[in-house]
Amino acid sequence: MNFDFSDDQRLLQDAVRSMLAENSTSQAVREVLEGRATHCAKVWHNLNEMGAATAALPEAYGGAGLGYLELCLVAEEAGRHLAAVPLSSSIYLAAEALLRAGSDAQKQRWLPGIAQGEVIATAALGGSERYRTPQPLAFDGQCLDGTSPVLLDGAIAQLAVLQVGADLILVDLNGPGVKRTALPTVDPTRPLAQIEFTATPAERLAAADGAAVARRVRDGAAVLLAFEQVGGAARILELARDYSLERKAFGRQIGSFQALKHKMADIYTRIELARAHAYYGAWALASDAPELPRAAAAARVAATRAFLFAAEEGIELHGGIGFTWEMDCHLYYRRARHLAQVIGSEHAWRARLADELIKEAA
Amino acid sequence: MDFKDTPEEAAFREAVRAWLAANGQRRTRADEVFGEGLDEAAKLARAKAWQAKKAAAGYAAITWPREAGGLGGTAMQQVIYQQEEAAYLVPQMIFEVSIGMGLPTVLRWAAPELKARFLRPGLAGEEIWCQLFSEPGAGSDTGAVRTRAVRDGDAWVVNGQKVWTSSAHFGDYGILLARTDRDKPKQEGLTMFIVDLKAPGVEIRPIHQMSGDSDFNEVFFTDVRIPDQYRLGPEGGGWKVMLSTLMQERLSVGGNLPTDLHVHLIDLARTCTWDERPAIEDARVRARIADAYLDQQGVALIISRGLTALSKGKTPGPEMSVTKLVAAKAMQDISSFAMELAGTEGLLGADALGGDWPYLQRLWLGSPGARIAGGTDEVLRNVIAERVLGLPGELRTDRNVPFRDLDRT
Repeated sequence: MNFDFSDDQRLLQDAVRSMLAENSTSQAVREVLEGRATHCAKVWHNLNEMGAATAALPEAYGGAGLGYLELCLVAEEAGRHLAAVPLSSSIYLAAEALLRAGSDAQKQRWLPGIAQGEVIATAALGGSERYRTPQPLAFDGQCLDGTSPVLLDGAIAQLAVLQVGADLILVDLNGPGVKRTALPTVDPTRPLAQIEFTATPAERLAAADGAAVARRVRDGAAVLLAFEQVGGAARILELARDYSLERKAFGRQIGSFQALKHKMADIYTRIELARAHAYYGAWALASDAPELPRAAAAARVAATRAFLFAAEEGIELHGGIGFTWEMDCHLYYRRARHLAQVIGSEHAWRARLADELIKEAA
Repeated sequence: MDFKDTPEEAAFREAVRAWLAANGQRRTRADEVFGEGLDEAAKLARAKAWQAKKAAAGYAAITWPREAGGLGGTAMQQVIYQQEEAAYLVPQMIFEVSIGMGLPTVLRWAAPELKARFLRPGLAGEEIWCQLFSEPGAGSDTGAVRTRAVRDGDAWVVNGQKVWTSSAHFGDYGILLARTDRDKPKQEGLTMFIVDLKAPGVEIRPIHQMSGDSDFNEVFFTDVRIPDQYRLGPEGGGWKVMLSTLMQERLSVGGNLPTDLHVHLIDLARTCTWDERPAIEDARVRARIADAYLDQQGVALIISRGLTALSKGKTPGPEMSVTKLVAAKAMQDISSFAMELAGTEGLLGADALGGDWPYLQRLWLGSPGARIAGGTDEVLRNVIAERVLGLPGELRTDRNVPFRDLDRT
């Protein structure tokens, strides 16, 4: 039984943690929150330079060639430090879609730039919930027309992979006929945008079954986002715990009241359940196991619940001060909500998990 | 990261498999239990015969040194043995307290001649041990025991009552926590003894549980004499001895929850009807099936992390403390939902329904006990808050107060 990360993998995690503690500070994240930057450029540069963001990309395409287990730990730290960088859009989604569906030429053309952090890419790979119905995307074999769904980092991305019907379409966002609209979001540290295409040159990714690749990439992203969620949840619990030891009321540390102790024990319990499912997802992702759809859905649901609960109760545990702009609690509250819905909601993933379980029990 | 044995573990597993195949009897149905159709006496005799074989092979106490009757093995080997044995028809619970609590306490604290007297027959199942800590007035607050032991020459005279004692109705010896000094603060006036459950003055009465079963007993002591040589540890050192007994549990890896409960729900949901359609097609039902899986698989995966620590020769981390908290409540939630699936018919007794129902209703009726035994949900939350998260302990009014004064209020 070896259901844990190796010492070498933990060393990489420690290095990423130190770098992020130094650079992804509350102040740096707030530069993005308050609209003075589109992302933390220094953090993004460092994550790429140290081979952390590209841990799972093959060396042949300029990646670090380590593996998905390493990338999972990078994700955990990114979540813990609220990294305001295009990790999920560029790496978990777009690079993975290219890697799994692109022809060698397509991969050679784009992946090295992504691996260096010079090309920021994004992707829209389906998801079940919709509020607004955009002008649907249409691809005629050469050009793309219509409006994209909301796209992570769409305002700064240079490349997009978009699911159109059963196809995955690759489009250079520096090309003609691209009109971007940055949209206000509940978590401005992870911006969204919408893009209108008018006769924009585009091409299909080579894979025959684009929808299947999209599902596979979403499963991988679910695991990686679960690590971000576990990292964020663990951090807000630490902040709440520390505050409850410092703050006094009725002549006692508030952390000595059983109502607060039990609440924090419950947060810890949900985090540990989520962590266990995330580890299982990491194993399935790294070993390309047939259990991946089930493991990914379970990790997604458990981690979404854990981070939302930790973030909501994290503010509650702080009391009034937790409701102020200056305290970081709301950064976690916003990020927890963002991560809960960015590739489909808990509801959709729980339905997916049930589908998998019922299929297996046939 | 993988779920495989190391080469050494695989070799041990092979040896265990070969031994079990040669000596044991495989389960033929998932819910088959040891000694079906036998009366209590015949079942006990068969259980003792199995335990004797197991002890002779060294598997009764794998982690114990060889000279004490063990195998000198690792905690991971212990787990591997248990995993393999689970496929066989073996006695459940009968020797658990002997092997897990009574005998380790004797091994750690008793004089050499007592070890020579008790360890071998205990491991071989010839004598069965009980644990006598809890009392009607000392449950979660075990330090509040009132059972008195008063010195009389070379012996102690014990009066009082213990409760929730499993195996006592067929037990031979027990480890008994008794108050020897009422003038000291509560945890300092306690002493641990070996007590002969067949001695004059010991009366054992089964407890009729809410499930209808009787797995536990009340044990009454009236002027029971215990020789001083049966004292374990120093006079007044009973609390420390008890903690050493409970420490044994820290090496075990947490709560127990079957990993196929969601399959029972799926089977039922295919049979039951909701709103004139098979319940399995209902999104609410499907969501609850997913929830059942999330809890049971989560517990199993946390335990896998604990086993990984054991496999590397480390002690499992504090995350183990959440498994029992999650498992017991999940057992209650899942079995309750199974009953809900069947609507009013789900209220019928298991005998009238057949199928999986005896199993599911047993879980439902047993789960309130599972949420209490070994630490209530609330005690476990305190444990997590204090030992894992480092939050302050409860405010207490009983510190440094002589027990005599506490007992008065």
